[in-house]
Amino acid sequence: MINKIFKFRGGVVLDHKKSTADSPVENFPLPKTIEIFMQQHIGAPCLPLVKKGDYVYVGQKVGDSEAFVSAPIHSGVSGQVKEIKDVILYNGMKSKSIVIETDGKQEVLPDLKIPDISSKELFLQAIRDCGMTGLGGAGFPTHVKLNTRDRIPEFLVINAVECEPFITCDYRAVLERSKEIFQGIQLCLDKLSIPKAIIGIEDDKMPAVEILKDLCKGDSRIETLVLKTKYPQGAEKMLIYALTGRKVPMGGLPIDIGVVVMNITTVMMINNYIKSGMPLVSRIVTIDGEGIEKKGNYEIIFGTSIRDIYDYCKKEDGSEEDVTKILYGGPMNGLTVRDFDRPLLKQNNAILFMTKKELNLEKESACIRCGRCVENCPMSLMPLMMNKYALLEDVEQLEKLNISNCIECGVCSYVCPAKRHLVQSFKMGKELLRKERSKNG
Amino acid sequence: MGKLLVASSPHIKDKSSTSRIMLDVIIALLPTAIISVVYFSYISALIIVVSVSSSVLFEYLYNLIAKKEHTEWDLSCVVTGLILALNMPPVKSSIILSVIGSFIAIVVVKMIFGGIGQNIFNPAAAARIFLTVSFSSLMTEYVAPFTDGIASATPLAIVDADKLPSYLDLFLGKTSGSLGETAAITLIAGGIYLLARKVISWEIPLTYIATTALFAFVFGEDPLFSILSGGLMIGAIYMATDYTTSPVTKKGKFIFAFGLGLMTAAIRSFGSNTEGVAFSIIFMNALVPLIDRFTSPKTFGRVKN
Repeated sequence: MINKIFKFRGGVVLDHKKSTADSPVENFPLPKTIEIFMQQHIGAPCLPLVKKGDYVYVGQKVGDSEAFVSAPIHSGVSGQVKEIKDVILYNGMKSKSIVIETDGKQEVLPDLKIPDISSKELFLQAIRDCGMTGLGGAGFPTHVKLNTRDRIPEFLVINAVECEPFITCDYRAVLERSKEIFQGIQLCLDKLSIPKAIIGIEDDKMPAVEILKDLCKGDSRIETLVLKTKYPQGAEKMLIYALTGRKVPMGGLPIDIGVVVMNITTVMMINNYIKSGMPLVSRIVTIDGEGIEKKGNYEIIFGTSIRDIYDYCKKEDGSEEDVTKILYGGPMNGLTVRDFDRPLLKQNNAILFMTKKELNLEKESACIRCGRCVENCPMSLMPLMMNKYALLEDVEQLEKLNISNCIECGVCSYVCPAKRHLVQSFKMGKELLRKERSKNG
Repeated sequence: MGKLLVASSPHIKDKSSTSRIMLDVIIALLPTAIISVVYFSYISALIIVVSVSSSVLFEYLYNLIAKKEHTEWDLSCVVTGLILALNMPPVKSSIILSVIGSFIAIVVVKMIFGGIGQNIFNPAAAARIFLTVSFSSLMTEYVAPFTDGIASATPLAIVDADKLPSYLDLFLGKTSGSLGETAAITLIAGGIYLLARKVISWEIPLTYIATTALFAFVFGEDPLFSILSGGLMIGAIYMATDYTTSPVTKKGKFIFAFGLGLMTAAIRSFGSNTEGVAFSIIFMNALVPLIDRFTSPKTFGRVKN
């Protein structure tokens, strides 16, 4: 039994605004068309396996890649491929995208079958086949993460922290689908021969904690630990430290210290596939923000456009002009959506329609060296110095300041009284460092 | 179609701001400013008004002439002017001297170095030293409170032990000295406010005061007297804690404050000048980049290769 909780240094207590916590998951209506991006994960993009005019079924694989670090993509609707087009992703990369016109019949792929998971290799293959990626936000292909080769993890850490404001989809999953979650955890422990699983969850979700603790009674390998609500408790490194007291070495991976981390919805979805044969084609998404009316948790098919979501959830007299920012994910870590035509992607745990008054759009002013960023940085970095040298593009200093260890949690920018765009400059600084390193071989 | 804002995370920020922090410092200093008017009458009020308004004016003019964005709104120039006023002796000559002091503090020490956050030295401390060195007789022309300007030595300058003020008088500020360095009670009250508002942290003021007392004792002086007299309170709570000119790390703050205490006690005991606070602050200010460098935290998961 592990009972000691390790508190991480720094961080902030955020106003959680979990207004959708009591909204049960609803099925989102079937959209007329969906658009499936061929890159919904970290790694190599997929190539379309269908062409214009093809008929596709629900659960049919429409994109795949030969690369190891990649995950196939499936259609969540039945209908006809209307178009294959080029799109530019948020990071400036190009990708293909498949537009499918739904026929409303939702015909399931005829040869959909339950996967064979009789060995570890087959289990990992099954996880790849269903297109699983980290559903907590990062979107890293799950089969790659779980393929630890000859290193057997000592702990499987299950991330149910959900430390971002607004987002409640994991919480709802625990309340409504806890059995599937548990079966998923047990499956992973069995198939990957991991001796122990620890579920980490914050103390602002007590109803979920009760359910999880109750289920843990049935399996001595699994334990639920309650953590103090503090951002970024859900960041992988902070979570592992809190639950095991182990620190992921700088530049290393959790497996280096015997740990594998999975999001709680990810294990649930793995279980769904293993039991039903239906690959990852939809997920629970929290829809929130002052820009809409029908806030809640919805099961939405990937590829559904932001506009469809907006139109369904908007205020009666609302218009798109009222929305200042749309976020893929939470307000601390989320990415901004360029326009309403963008589709829902696998790693999007929330879509937030933010209005001007919810956002702090104050202008940046000079750093006054108050030290709040240093005091609150969970990674014990010197954000004010990193900001200075990132703006000077001084790569040598940035390396000395360990900029690559920054997890971009946003705490420094959040507490900065001068409203400096710290994280933005670190993203730039890291890119500079990466370029410099690849130049020097 | 509505235009959506594309920006880097995070998308929410807390309510803090530079001007709010400066406003808190002003609020914290108000009781001291008021009590100085009570003790030294209208002359105090005049010095404060002149010092603050000339500080704001110099910053405004500098930005205007240098064609820089206006920064007066951040209120840091008001804080500088106020602290400078509280560092002046309560005599008529201080009215003119505070204008000169404001110029030195704002233009020479702060703006030329790049403005807020960029200066190496605490503007008010540097201005006080400039004035003390340039106008030493005027800057030490102290008067006793409630006396309408009868000359009197500050407690630290009194050699005759019988004439030393009581601890209570020192605590209440019923003694001669600069406008705002006499009343420990209001300075401490403001300090508690700043601690509660999380504008300052306890490391610098407490370490500074404790170290001064310790070394005063080592050097054979009365530690309590040393704490309550001179500019230690205002220096420790309001000047040494200036963000720009103090270390950003916790460890660094201890080292910085320890150095301040040691220097202050040493100057008071062995120096020709009876007051060591401003000199200590300026000296330690110069070491801040070095302290920051050597006390930067070990990043999470850092392993020695």
